[in-house]
Amino acid sequence: MFHRESGYYKTTYKGDMAFYPLPVGRWSVALLGVFFLVVVPLFLDPYYLSVLCLIAIAIVGALGLNILLGYTGQISIGHAAFMSVGAYTAANLITKLDWPFWLAVPSGGVMAAAIGVLVGIPSLRIKGLYLAIATLAAQFIIEWVINHTPAISGGVQASIEVPRPTFFGEKLDTEVELYYFLMAFAVIAIIATMNLVRSRIGRAFIAIRDQDIAAEIIGINVFRYKLYAFAISSFYAGVAGVLYTYYLSIANYEQFLIVVSIDYLAMVIIGGLGSVLGSVFGAVFVTLLPIVIRIFMDTFGAFFFDPVILAQVTAQFRLILFGLLIIVFLVVEPEGLNRLWLNIRNYFRIWPFSY
Amino acid sequence: MVDFNWGFFLELVVSGVLIGLMYSLIALGFVLIYKSTDAINFAQGEFVMIAGIIVGACAASYGLPLWLAISLSVGFMVVFNVGLERTVLRPMIGRPIVAIIMATIGLAALLRGAGPFFFGAGTRPLNLPIDDAPIIIGDHFIYLNPIHLLGASAAVLFLLGFGWFFLKSRKGVAMRAVADSHQVSMAMGINVQRYFALAWVMAGVVAALGGVIWGSLLGVDTQLAIIGLKVFPVVILGGLDSIVGVIVGGIIVGVVENLAAGYLDPMVGGGTKDFTPYVLMILMLMFKPYGLFGKPIIERI
Repeated sequence: MFHRESGYYKTTYKGDMAFYPLPVGRWSVALLGVFFLVVVPLFLDPYYLSVLCLIAIAIVGALGLNILLGYTGQISIGHAAFMSVGAYTAANLITKLDWPFWLAVPSGGVMAAAIGVLVGIPSLRIKGLYLAIATLAAQFIIEWVINHTPAISGGVQASIEVPRPTFFGEKLDTEVELYYFLMAFAVIAIIATMNLVRSRIGRAFIAIRDQDIAAEIIGINVFRYKLYAFAISSFYAGVAGVLYTYYLSIANYEQFLIVVSIDYLAMVIIGGLGSVLGSVFGAVFVTLLPIVIRIFMDTFGAFFFDPVILAQVTAQFRLILFGLLIIVFLVVEPEGLNRLWLNIRNYFRIWPFSY
Repeated sequence: MVDFNWGFFLELVVSGVLIGLMYSLIALGFVLIYKSTDAINFAQGEFVMIAGIIVGACAASYGLPLWLAISLSVGFMVVFNVGLERTVLRPMIGRPIVAIIMATIGLAALLRGAGPFFFGAGTRPLNLPIDDAPIIIGDHFIYLNPIHLLGASAAVLFLLGFGWFFLKSRKGVAMRAVADSHQVSMAMGINVQRYFALAWVMAGVVAALGGVIWGSLLGVDTQLAIIGLKVFPVVILGGLDSIVGVIVGGIIVGVVENLAAGYLDPMVGGGTKDFTPYVLMILMLMFKPYGLFGKPIIERI
């Protein structure tokens, strides 16, 4: 973490491509892994474990949006709708065809990716504001279609109950098991994204983000890569939707309203656009924010507000703080928590000789 | 189609036009900002909401006379928007458009929390001093809601006023110049930042008016902000930077959603009203992205 190279000693391409070129980097990552995979589930209260589960789901979704918004520069206000596509696809497959999770999760993702490509098609001609509005429209249309098609939404209340996933005949019904299940997907998503963004596709995404006309001139098929970006991003969203369905044991469109899309946008922006670590920070931050506010209000809120309206005030307070944070980050620190973290790290890397 | 009910059809169309004009009023605030500052305001609906809530809170809860409540609300919107322009939007000049969109989305969340936080969450009535008995025209019984009529005429008045402002007045011409190119207008001696502030102030005033009219129709609470979502089909259909487009787009959206509610809803079981304008908008985006009256953007490296 706060280690520093003493020089540039890479002699092979393999060494150059490594995520963590120094042993100390590898060790700290391994230590983090052990901490989260062994220590945390052993000693943490089930309530906090379920919070960590939520964070794991949010990480998958936020990574997806960051690929689209942070790396390719295409805004989407319909991320939650893609999640709902994945969620309902998987819920139907699980309940009607009895599919196991290792088929249901990717198929939810693939379905979301297909819809995502469909929504991404206008991105060839439009960008910026127009794309934002088109994806907003997609959010409403998908919401409406799911809600009004009993074959998808399961009829009553538009919700489908889903059993917990089974792993080699073992039903994952405790918090610890669910934690491992969701964490595994979060880790896979993180590693996949880290590799994606330094591949040919990832570099094409970044070129499109920085200047799409220039990217086209140097030979990138902009339309195709924009569609790739939409497909990959929606795949992540779909997977996150399926995971959330497993977590809640129910698929319900009310979990995927436009507010959720904005939550994910906030994660990506507060965390840091165009950074994997930023998505993780953002997911942690935005998931924890309402919980911290609620704990704070439960403890101190009674001094300021009438207990009858306390729940309402808490929700309003959350919205205010949330909006304020988005604005402050955009104005003051556009690169988000990730930049703050890098600043801290760089400070200590050269400390105490800071010039 | 032997027994096609023309009276019903006509009623849907007429009230659609009136409602559409009221949408135009809200959309006008959006276009004003886009036209002169190139910023995109996703919080227009929340502006309308907060203005309506202030009027409602002052008039219904604190018992102020209506004219005072409305002027307070307009005053608040002016001060708020000037402050907003200073603190949030000015530092963001020159940043990618996505950043500005996100900032206004954040602002929308902030306002949606702040409105009920400071003024209470209940729905308040907002009664304008006009008779709300429907006006009946002809033998086909076309009902006109007087509030619709008032709203539509206020909208037309404002739209004409701003049309004149942009085409004829000195400030309006300066504002169009600012919209075209910030740098060139600075070189010509226009105080660009002052015109940015002016655009936000005008949008605030329009939002306050919209808040009063829509609030009197629906009652004021946070649900009023949903009107803001209707703005997007209106501006996309009409073209983002055109005042004529706002009127036409508003009328199209109003009529289409009324017809959908009248004819499609019984068939599919409701909700088409919120959804057909967006379908129309998607089609428009696919075939003519800059709208009926918008100005195509040519990009160079």
